[in-house]
Amino acid sequence: MMIQLKPIWNALRESPNGPKWLTWAAINLSIAAYFGYGLVAPASSHKTAWLPGETTHGHYQIELDCNACHDPGRSTEGPSGADVMQDACIRCHGAQLDLAKDTHPANKFRDPTNAERLKILDAQNCLTCHQEHVPEQTLSMGLTMPADYCWHCHQEVADSRPSHRGMAYDSCATAGCHNYHDNRALYEKYLDDHHGQSDHLELAALPQRSTLESLSGAFRAQQSLTIDDADHPSSWTTDPGFSENSASEDSLSGDSLLDDWATTAHASAGVNCSHCHRGDKDSAGDDAPWSEQVAIERCQQCHERQVESFKTGKHGMRLAAGLSPMTPDLARLPMHAGQAHAELDCSACHSGHRFDTQFAATDACLRCHADDHSLAYGDSSHAALWRDELAGNGPLGSGVSCATCHLPRLEGDSGIWVNHDQNASLRPNETMARQVCTHCHGLEYSLSALADPQTVASCFGDPPAERIKSVQMAHEWFEQQEAKRAARRDNR
Amino acid sequence: MKLNLQQRLAATAATVCLLLPLATLPGCSESEASSTPVGGITPQQFADGVHAVMMADRTVYAKHVVTNLNKQDAPVKAFEYWEDTENSIPLPAQMFRMGAELVDENPEAGFTYALRSKWPLNEQHQAKTELEQTALDFLSENPGENFYGEEKLGDQKYFVAVYPDRAVAEACWSCHNDHPNRGDDYPEFAKDDVMGGVLVRIPL
Repeated sequence: MMIQLKPIWNALRESPNGPKWLTWAAINLSIAAYFGYGLVAPASSHKTAWLPGETTHGHYQIELDCNACHDPGRSTEGPSGADVMQDACIRCHGAQLDLAKDTHPANKFRDPTNAERLKILDAQNCLTCHQEHVPEQTLSMGLTMPADYCWHCHQEVADSRPSHRGMAYDSCATAGCHNYHDNRALYEKYLDDHHGQSDHLELAALPQRSTLESLSGAFRAQQSLTIDDADHPSSWTTDPGFSENSASEDSLSGDSLLDDWATTAHASAGVNCSHCHRGDKDSAGDDAPWSEQVAIERCQQCHERQVESFKTGKHGMRLAAGLSPMTPDLARLPMHAGQAHAELDCSACHSGHRFDTQFAATDACLRCHADDHSLAYGDSSHAALWRDELAGNGPLGSGVSCATCHLPRLEGDSGIWVNHDQNASLRPNETMARQVCTHCHGLEYSLSALADPQTVASCFGDPPAERIKSVQMAHEWFEQQEAKRAARRDNR
Repeated sequence: MKLNLQQRLAATAATVCLLLPLATLPGCSESEASSTPVGGITPQQFADGVHAVMMADRTVYAKHVVTNLNKQDAPVKAFEYWEDTENSIPLPAQMFRMGAELVDENPEAGFTYALRSKWPLNEQHQAKTELEQTALDFLSENPGENFYGEEKLGDQKYFVAVYPDRAVAEACWSCHNDHPNRGDDYPEFAKDDVMGGVLVRIPL
């Protein structure tokens, strides 16, 4: 049945309260339109009204893309009403957990004998421990349940480990003891293997990168190029205005851009201007148009692992979600105001045509970051070592830059590569002990330093106030076990 | 070595998957589980079959890989912390558990299996239900016999088969007898002793 609007409109006009009714209707329609648009709008500030509560530091960058977590269509298994958010967790964090040799994977609890336990604590669902939008109950690492959760399954731990008698269950997951997921630096054999190490190792140096071997794509180790080989548009060098506009602050002329490029590994490996500034040829074989901006996908052609890892950290996670690049003004950590709108892509740190890894390793970070830890770096002994190495007064790999700790050099199938997810070694920070600190420090010292908030804030300028006990405990455990074994042998 | 191991585990899983469609697993009592319906196999027959496959692979690994390496005094050894140690391969029990985990990840497998023992060196291998405890006691008191039963866990009923897990290779008992995790009541195992049970659980 059609609603006749004209009689309603006339009645409202003739009614003494008509204007009030119309105003009421207009206000309600506006509110409905505002919220309705927020529901269907693409990721943008229009969705802010639908945020049910503050998002954790790990997810707030993508909080306006509600579908990142709530869209059932993004599951590789197809639409799933029950596991939408679980699927979303695994999409972004599954590979990281595999890499971390997750000690409590969901499949560990699939054994049907866990049925009763799972009713108390559903360890197969990420959201049991990691809810979103509940800032009032969110602890470190996004934990949203009481920190003594270990008790539910490990309340009898003292029977097999008498050394644990009397320990509080909310102390299990403090640094230097246990983590729920990543225990690569904390399991007892690893602790025992590193018992007795001195705080500062005699052979202290980082492994060297296998730059060529860690490349992906087709451009590796081809014939090297010189300035004369550069295949930029012919108008480029004759148009100073063009070159100035396209140059970064580090190199302001077309000639210096070419000079910079000619001295890099790019030129040595035969990577010409067009490889980065043009896309792939079209189906007719014609060149793609020249572009001053180099899309991250172009970098990814050769630096696949670096770009992929960049997108899993806080610097690149917005790009991974299809949003605009991260900028410092979006950060929750203190940042320098002057860089508020600098967009974070590859060229943010590897600027100009030098792709200077030394600049990217420290100066690029400190250009934006202004928290206590970053501000303290310059006066730290780590920074002094870095300056010594750059000045040629220290051996290769002896300096400690920001990248040393936050972009760790990892052993891969094709040599040493640099993980560009600067958060990976902080999930949790004991990860850094194994991947980075133990190149130069003993494990006990490393774990102790990482466990001390003051030491971290001072960028390791202050020594750890307390020593963690787990390394000694693990060693004593193995000694006791070995003593028992020896006694049995004697009695046979 | 690792690739071969994975291939072998995959082959085990594939064999099991081939057997699975043959099984008819309607809700049935313990006595019914042993009877043979027309055109299918019983849960017990299915359990016996997959157990035969998994134990054959495990025995070969323990006897002809681990023990052989030991006898040759080879630089490669089976070692509990093999993932972090050079020249190391998984212990037979670890190889068995990893296979069980792969089958567990396969939604088509339709069953799970695990090691259990009254004297577990790994706490994860201790009996977890009353039926499992009963089964381990039964195996100790009735050498050479298998245990079959049913139990309800959560809202699901299961057919459970537990088979004696014997010391088949010298590497088994010598390592177990000398293991630092063994308790004071741990037996001194010798060849063919029942060291625990292999449990196969099938949802009904």
